[in-house]
Amino acid sequence: MPQLAADTKHRVAFHLNGRKVEVLAENRMLLSDLLRHELGATGTHVGCEHGVCGACTVQVDGAPVRACLILAAQIDGADVRTVEALTPTAQQLSPLQAAFREKHGLQCGFCTPGILMTLDALLTTRPDASEQEIREHLSGHLCRCTGYATIVAAALAAVEEIRKEQKYNA
Amino acid sequence: MKPPAFDFVRPEGMEEVLETLHLRSSDARIIAGGQSLVPMLNMRLARPGVLVDITGLRNLQSIHEVRGEVVIGAAVRQAELEAWPHLRRKLPLLAQAIRWIGHVQTRARGTVCGSVAHADPSAELPLALIALNGSVRLASQRSKRTVPAADFFLGMMSTAIAEGEMIEAVTFPVAENGTGYAFREIGRRHGDFAIVACAAVADKTATRLAIGGVDDHPRQFDLPQENGDELDDALNDIAWALNARDDLHASGRYRRELVRRLGRETVLEARSCRN
Repeated sequence: MPQLAADTKHRVAFHLNGRKVEVLAENRMLLSDLLRHELGATGTHVGCEHGVCGACTVQVDGAPVRACLILAAQIDGADVRTVEALTPTAQQLSPLQAAFREKHGLQCGFCTPGILMTLDALLTTRPDASEQEIREHLSGHLCRCTGYATIVAAALAAVEEIRKEQKYNA
Repeated sequence: MKPPAFDFVRPEGMEEVLETLHLRSSDARIIAGGQSLVPMLNMRLARPGVLVDITGLRNLQSIHEVRGEVVIGAAVRQAELEAWPHLRRKLPLLAQAIRWIGHVQTRARGTVCGSVAHADPSAELPLALIALNGSVRLASQRSKRTVPAADFFLGMMSTAIAEGEMIEAVTFPVAENGTGYAFREIGRRHGDFAIVACAAVADKTATRLAIGGVDDHPRQFDLPQENGDELDDALNDIAWALNARDDLHASGRYRRELVRRLGRETVLEARSCRN
């Protein structure tokens, strides 16, 4: 059985935003720190580091999860997606990001990457998500600026935009 | 807010898991979803010498029904139970309670058995296990045993799991016809720890009410069959029996009032959905 000693670094291999990455990490390293400090993917923000605020939310195998509650050793072989993956090109915003801009869904922006990853996962599996579903998914995030109303408005606008896009592409 | 150093092992079979638990005993902790353990590590409230990752073990990953019980393996995530197609029919109480467990983002990783092992006094899964008279299957290198829920939770984050033992599965009895199930909870915000949570099971001859968030572990009570003063008196007795204390989130008095009112609503709802 693989035994990883506490005092050395171990190889962790996984996919980050579609690219294969391999890093050396101690067992105690959190996914949030692995992303930011070892891979330079600083789009993922770190707030409370005990699973309450939701700022560090990323997608693991398609599901939104708290990166601060996942050990690097448990990510071996997984498919990780962060906010860096959302923009189609450097000059373009995704429909969800554009809706946040349009509806003032952020102010200071600290909580935004996590919220985007939760909503992106929701809208991927449930493109016609209701306001209630959106609010339930957002309950896993703290935002101290907006009061949430504009975030919900942005999510609903994104649902509408995605619906339109699908109509034209069908 | 970083975990202390620990060894990490990824066993390929139960023998290796149990051997590690035997050899490292109190120094070893099982990790599956990590949604309770990793916060404890980050805050250094837990300092295990070795973490034993059981998420790769196939025989712990299934939900199946055997002889009137739903058996949920130790690596089954809460989101997997939530998505189990038979949940509403087989375990209607859990179908109601599961949305109250943390958030979508923590249910995606956290396991059913992990929450039971953690034994937070306000957690929903231990409460449901108590309300339904479920049981916990424990395994060690020497033996296996099954502990009824009523004997499993001993106090705040304290359970009957002995050194060298781990939870292999938890079992919930399948819902019976003619029995009503109801779950209610009050917290500050959705996904917060419950200030008071109630689970009621009512059939033609008996009603059970289990209450979490008040005493240091979830507790179960039998209630009279009437809906009037006798029920109110019984709920009042329960409210006083639970050692409600003041804390940051609510006063003891407020908790007692919630037990009386939320308890009554939960019982009446369970009675109304008997069929």
